[in-house]
Amino acid sequence: MLISISWRNVWRNKFRSIIIMAAVAIGLTAGIFMTSFYRGMANQRIEKAIRTDIAHIQIHHNKFRENNDINLFIPEALKKAADIRGFDSVKGAAVRIISYSVIASAETSTGIKISGINPEQEIEVTEIQNRITEGTYLNEGKRNPILISSALAEKLMVKLGSKVILTMQDINNSIVSGAFRITGIYDTKTDSFDESNVFVNYRDISLLLSLPSGAAHEIAVRVTDNEHVTDVYDKLHSEYNRLEIVTWSELSPELWFLTEGMNFLMYVLFVIILLALLFGLVNTMLMVVLERTREIGILMAVGMNKVRIFLMIVLESVFLALTGGISGVVGGTIISKYFETHKIDLSIMGNAVKDMGFDTLVNTSVDVRLLIIVTILVIITGILGSLFPAYRALKNNPSETIRTE
Amino acid sequence: MAIIEIKDLSKIYDGSQIEVRAVDGINLSFEKGEFTAIVGPSGSGKTTFLNLLGGLDDPTTGEVIVDGVNIGNLSAGRIIDFRLRNIGFIFQAYNLIPVLSAEENVEFIMELQGKTKKERKERSNELLEAVGLAERKSSRPAKLSGGQQQRVAVARALASKPKFVLADEPTANLDSRSAENLLEIMEKLNKDENITFIFSTHDPRVVRKARRIITLEDGKVLNDEIRLN
Repeated sequence: MLISISWRNVWRNKFRSIIIMAAVAIGLTAGIFMTSFYRGMANQRIEKAIRTDIAHIQIHHNKFRENNDINLFIPEALKKAADIRGFDSVKGAAVRIISYSVIASAETSTGIKISGINPEQEIEVTEIQNRITEGTYLNEGKRNPILISSALAEKLMVKLGSKVILTMQDINNSIVSGAFRITGIYDTKTDSFDESNVFVNYRDISLLLSLPSGAAHEIAVRVTDNEHVTDVYDKLHSEYNRLEIVTWSELSPELWFLTEGMNFLMYVLFVIILLALLFGLVNTMLMVVLERTREIGILMAVGMNKVRIFLMIVLESVFLALTGGISGVVGGTIISKYFETHKIDLSIMGNAVKDMGFDTLVNTSVDVRLLIIVTILVIITGILGSLFPAYRALKNNPSETIRTE
Repeated sequence: MAIIEIKDLSKIYDGSQIEVRAVDGINLSFEKGEFTAIVGPSGSGKTTFLNLLGGLDDPTTGEVIVDGVNIGNLSAGRIIDFRLRNIGFIFQAYNLIPVLSAEENVEFIMELQGKTKKERKERSNELLEAVGLAERKSSRPAKLSGGQQQRVAVARALASKPKFVLADEPTANLDSRSAENLLEIMEKLNKDENITFIFSTHDPRVVRKARRIITLEDGKVLNDEIRLN
């Protein structure tokens, strides 16, 4: 009956209760939508980076990332990649030869990173083949094909079919050069990446650098689902303990910070919303206790003990917060779920969004864990908001309050 | 054997200028089954006396002993429980819980006592029947007239099967017909179920029905008269 009394008490002053509930509901709806929006945006950004280049996990010689020395290769990388493809939750594994070199056209030259890839394997790991705007993906039939971005093509003043010269050091520290023909032009829409990355065939570059057969500098591993990155990482770690295994969050700390920093900001946002709720609740509950001084005195007189009085007020406050809170969570979820399948167009904000590497069409992403945490926080806020008013109520002296008319 | 023994009971309020002796050295005892009116002019100490009797107020000196228990010795928590199990209250302004129906108001006391749902239903039906409100049991107080609310209050006061019922001016807010009706119900419960009623009143109709009349003045017992009706 205590629960029923508290619940009915909430509706005694409908107008006041609805105002505070509406405030909570609107705050949380907006908060949840904002969170889902930013989460969606960040996820898209990360997903894009994972799909275009870095994959989920990379394997290198344990010194390679420090000095990018051409001699620090993974022996028998092709065989290892084949083994890894057989692991649970692995979608693909692709070998890459990495070389920093100079690319020269008839007009000009610039420093770039060459990735010598196995085209079939790479398709399973990244989506560079989907970003081709002209020509074809690395063509096995032709001799020394090269894939460059439209941004780089512009810079070098070359076009599809043009010849470029790559100059680099081989494993014997001799300078070697090779002529490559542009068979494809790509565009990932991330200028910083596009201007410094070219792709050639694994076999061509391997010969040029005189690498031992089957060796590579990098094995990029794509996992079926983000959730499984840790499992696969652990497995790789135990299998290849002499190699360096790194996940996308280490490879690209700025992306990791994007999600973590965003999460942190979102929690700050919710704390602010809930603090506002807390003050509103304390105010409302103090009014309630004051209005019902006499009634509470009567309840004490007829035998309702202090624990029950306290609980009655706490419950009323929790109901008040939770009714608004649940409406807000439901409202926020409905709106966010809608935009999970309907894109929000940010092109109105111009190139700023694009320049930061974000898509201009954003889908929200609802974090169920956050919804649960928010609901729990609302309940805690409801309890906190009632403690002082409930304490005040207990200070009532029945004989004095009953007399108050 | 007396169910309430009052020994040298005083309540003194320290005002800023003068001290007020609201109850001043009262010695009384009440037997089971009494139907007693406490009368006296305004400010004579009737309400304070009832508050002390009900453990709602602490006496400055003296003792209230209910069934051998000195209620002045009970802790704040224990006194609430003691009231719940031993004393029924009827207030001048009814003071029902506005969000509960008549039936729930009656059952609420029993729920606090930990009675089962079946026991509560039976007793509340029985009591609402006795006060003539069986057909209004689902109405909330706001939908009931003053007289009806006070009858629910009587049923509530009796729900816990108390040793005695204290009623502070129970008819003061009622029209004469409702007052008459309420008194008849109280008198009937007193006679049929041997329930002890102690009420303060100004109302001559109430005084007429009482079998013992205690007159207070300036916090002292002026007269204690037992009548045989």
